[in-house]
Amino acid sequence: MRDFQRSMPDAQPHLARRRGLWSYTRLDAWLLLLVFILCGYGLLILYSASGGDMGYVTRQAIRMGAGFFVMVVLAQLRPQLFARWAPAMYVVCIGLLLAVILVGVGAKGAQRWIALPGFRFQPSEILKLVLPLMIACYLASRPLPPSFRHIMISLVLIFVPVVMIMKQPDLGTSLLIGASGVFVLLLSGIYWRYIFAALGVAAAGLPGLWMVMKDYQKQRVLTFLDPESDPLGSGWNIIQSKAAIGSGGLDGKGWMQGTQSQLDFLPESHTDFIIAVLAEEMGMVGVLILLAIYLLIIARGLVIAVKAQDSFGRLVAGSVTLTFFVYIFVNIGMVSGLLPVVGVPLPLVSYGGTSIVTLMAGFGLLMSVQAHRKMISH
Amino acid sequence: MSAFDSLKDHTKEGRVFFSRSLIAFAIVLLLMGVLISRLWFLQVVQHENLAALSDDNRVQLKPVGPTRGLIYDRNGILLADNRPSYSVTLLKEEVKDVDATLAELEKLIPVTEREMVSFRKRLKQRRRPYETVPLRFRLTDEEIARIAVNYQRLPGVQVEADLIRYYPFGAGLVHALGYVGRINEKELKRVDPTNYSATHYIGKLGIEKFYEPLLHGEVGYHKVETNARGRVMRVLERTDPVPGKDVVLHLDIRLQQAAEKLIHGRRAAIVAIDPNTGGILALVSNPGYDPNMFVTGISSKNYTALRESPDLPLFNRALRGQYPPGSTIKPMVAMGVIDSGEISPSHTVSDPGFYTLTKGGRRYRDWKRGGHGKVGMDMAIYQSCDVWFYDVANRAGVDVISDYLGRFGFGQVTSLDLPEALPGILPSRAWKKKTGRGSWYSGDSLNLSIGQGWMLATPLQLATATSVMANRGVWKQPRMLKGVMQRSQSGSDAITEGSVIDISGLEGTSAVLPDVKLDNEQYWQRIVDAMIAVVHGPRGTARKIGTGIDFQIAGKTGTAQVVGIKQDEEYDAEKLSERNRDHALFISFAPAAKPEIAVAVIVENGGGGSSTAAPVARKVIDAFMELKLQDEGQLITSAEQKGSPDA
Repeated sequence: MRDFQRSMPDAQPHLARRRGLWSYTRLDAWLLLLVFILCGYGLLILYSASGGDMGYVTRQAIRMGAGFFVMVVLAQLRPQLFARWAPAMYVVCIGLLLAVILVGVGAKGAQRWIALPGFRFQPSEILKLVLPLMIACYLASRPLPPSFRHIMISLVLIFVPVVMIMKQPDLGTSLLIGASGVFVLLLSGIYWRYIFAALGVAAAGLPGLWMVMKDYQKQRVLTFLDPESDPLGSGWNIIQSKAAIGSGGLDGKGWMQGTQSQLDFLPESHTDFIIAVLAEEMGMVGVLILLAIYLLIIARGLVIAVKAQDSFGRLVAGSVTLTFFVYIFVNIGMVSGLLPVVGVPLPLVSYGGTSIVTLMAGFGLLMSVQAHRKMISH
Repeated sequence: MSAFDSLKDHTKEGRVFFSRSLIAFAIVLLLMGVLISRLWFLQVVQHENLAALSDDNRVQLKPVGPTRGLIYDRNGILLADNRPSYSVTLLKEEVKDVDATLAELEKLIPVTEREMVSFRKRLKQRRRPYETVPLRFRLTDEEIARIAVNYQRLPGVQVEADLIRYYPFGAGLVHALGYVGRINEKELKRVDPTNYSATHYIGKLGIEKFYEPLLHGEVGYHKVETNARGRVMRVLERTDPVPGKDVVLHLDIRLQQAAEKLIHGRRAAIVAIDPNTGGILALVSNPGYDPNMFVTGISSKNYTALRESPDLPLFNRALRGQYPPGSTIKPMVAMGVIDSGEISPSHTVSDPGFYTLTKGGRRYRDWKRGGHGKVGMDMAIYQSCDVWFYDVANRAGVDVISDYLGRFGFGQVTSLDLPEALPGILPSRAWKKKTGRGSWYSGDSLNLSIGQGWMLATPLQLATATSVMANRGVWKQPRMLKGVMQRSQSGSDAITEGSVIDISGLEGTSAVLPDVKLDNEQYWQRIVDAMIAVVHGPRGTARKIGTGIDFQIAGKTGTAQVVGIKQDEEYDAEKLSERNRDHALFISFAPAAKPEIAVAVIVENGGGGSSTAAPVARKVIDAFMELKLQDEGQLITSAEQKGSPDA
């Protein structure tokens, strides 16, 4: 039977890997399980970080539900469909970014939103997925490793939205989007000499970056370099989050018992700085558990990427997985004072709608790549 | 398949991707390691420091002010109470725009210019974080409600309850008790800053000031956990404040009020002392003022009115009014000249109505025109003959007189706990030289002997000297404090006697004078008899008050000149304006045989001591005796009631 199916791959392709009814869902069981555990752990932390407010937890759970729905839908679609639509979606996103600049809605000094009747819409968030799809689509249809010309074109494709988002200004998102594009390039097998050359250029270009940064972004970098210089102003966040993390020790002060977070010394405790709540209340042990879950998700994502049967799938899966890690590293790095403060949430733990849906959609792409492996022949 | 695709080497692409993924995963692991080592650094290596930092954040010591001790009279009637008062305060840390908030508040409740000024002053003062600054005190219920309704619009505005001193007897007692007021920067520097860290009021005057260390109590602490905005979330540990001690005075408020009534509308002072204890039974200075105005800060309008009143209500006549004692010191002078042996008790003088040191020299006039004729010592006292005193003063000399007067407490502060008391002036050779008035003349001695000239004494000093006389020389330091109320577990209040309380550390305590010892003890009775004759003798100057009682009063009248009267000029009360009339004085104690009360009365511009001051003293003594009878009656009644169930 098995042999028969293998010999006739196009006859009943979805039955080829059939091990039960589960495969009909086209969901990756491992990834799903890990995401569930992560969501549960995240809600637990959020409950404490919001000061025991079930309202926050409920709203977050609803978003997770919405994200789950998007994930399931995307998992059903074939990767080729994404590849086919990537250029169009990319163009639409660039158009929307232009619209943000022209008619966007501002909040806290940044202009990131498009107001549509009924809801507000953040085009940069979709780009987190559209950009890697676009670059992967572009490179996968060409011989790899990509030629210098293709690299340059890819870089332009990355650069345009990144600069537009940086101008909003939204450093965190532009960083994540840029990273997602660059990961596609790096995974595509681009020559090392290009990589080192690019690093050299980047190092030389740092002063230039400083010139184009907004004052508040500069301030964040300065604060990062010396938080004590402004202990009550912009340094406050870092000092308080370090105190929260450090005072947690190995085993923490106990769930809901963190004085830094429960007494409001910790700013943004339920959004970007939520890891400090975890570190304070559940100590290093609690953080290591979270990191373990993250690491398993990343490992599973890379396994899916490696097992993918075409370059587009590989590149998309690899980029989505590594971008997921960038969230983690940048967020924990900034809260623990290793990196300057940029607005990057802790995936599936920080309170906030759009990033949850985007992240879940990313897992949907991974599952799509995993589920549709056998559908094309070599 | 497109042409491009055909050029792709799928196997090689897969291999390259695999190696790149491995490298990527290795980098992920490496960076995870970086994060974990950072966590290790913060949570293990730096744990102690950061935990301490976190605790410093949230744990604060909040001082809790002690409740001020109460003041009772000898019968346990409350003289100074603490009453809850509501004030509106601002918490600077939570007020975004102070001016806007003040403007809003002014729309809700009336705030005077003065209150605004002192609020701004307080706002500038150094204070610990999250300490509220009061804007207005004594809010009415309606004002509280108006603020409460608008709480949401006024972040940082609070209505706080505080205990504020209240003096139920108001103006009648202010000169005896003093008052408390809001503590100022200068006072804060003088007191222990820790103990006063939560105290807003301090004794400014009188008993309140003197017994401040007793009344204040000890500050307590609440170790509190605060949130990032300083709001107290919970109390972790509490050390309760030790309330101030409740002070009991010798004062009898009923006697005080009776005395006050007697001199109502006059500028006068009455001091009554229990000679057996030195306890001050009544201390009245009229007019007074309402101390309650001063507690939370008096308005400048009210203060100006008080300060500029011609009757000087702020002036404590009983303690600080330094008057020529006039003839009231004659018993002490007589005591001095006979006990020193300079003059025989049987010394007599012929009084033609004046005395001259040299023939044809300056005439020192007697108050009685035409003189008293032949005068002995007793008559010189009960008739208040000046010439007899001129003569003995000239013979005995100033040193003897000054010495004996000093032993009775003149010229110095002898009271225990009345820091505002003034010493008066007791002239002597040394004093005259020291103050640059030159050397002593015999004329000065004559003036001194009748309590005129430079001699000045306060009503308190006169009462004290009278008390010493009543005690036949035994000194009992005049004092307000009877004791400290000790709240016993059983609920009944015991009074620790004043002598038990260690007040050596308190400012203003004066040395206790030794008892007046006479070489000839029988002279006490001699002088006392003469003083009895002042009241009860057929020719005593105060004989009008000597009727209708079953005990004897010993007294001495006095009349102090306010304006000098030229030689040969007649003193005519009618012609002089009211302000230039003589001060009327009277000292007395009763019952003469076994004294229970010594009273000094001064009525400013009252005219004669016998006509104005003596009747007042008599009524004070009457009131005292009546109260005593009343109390004894009550005791008997209550004893009967207690005994009745057994009967």
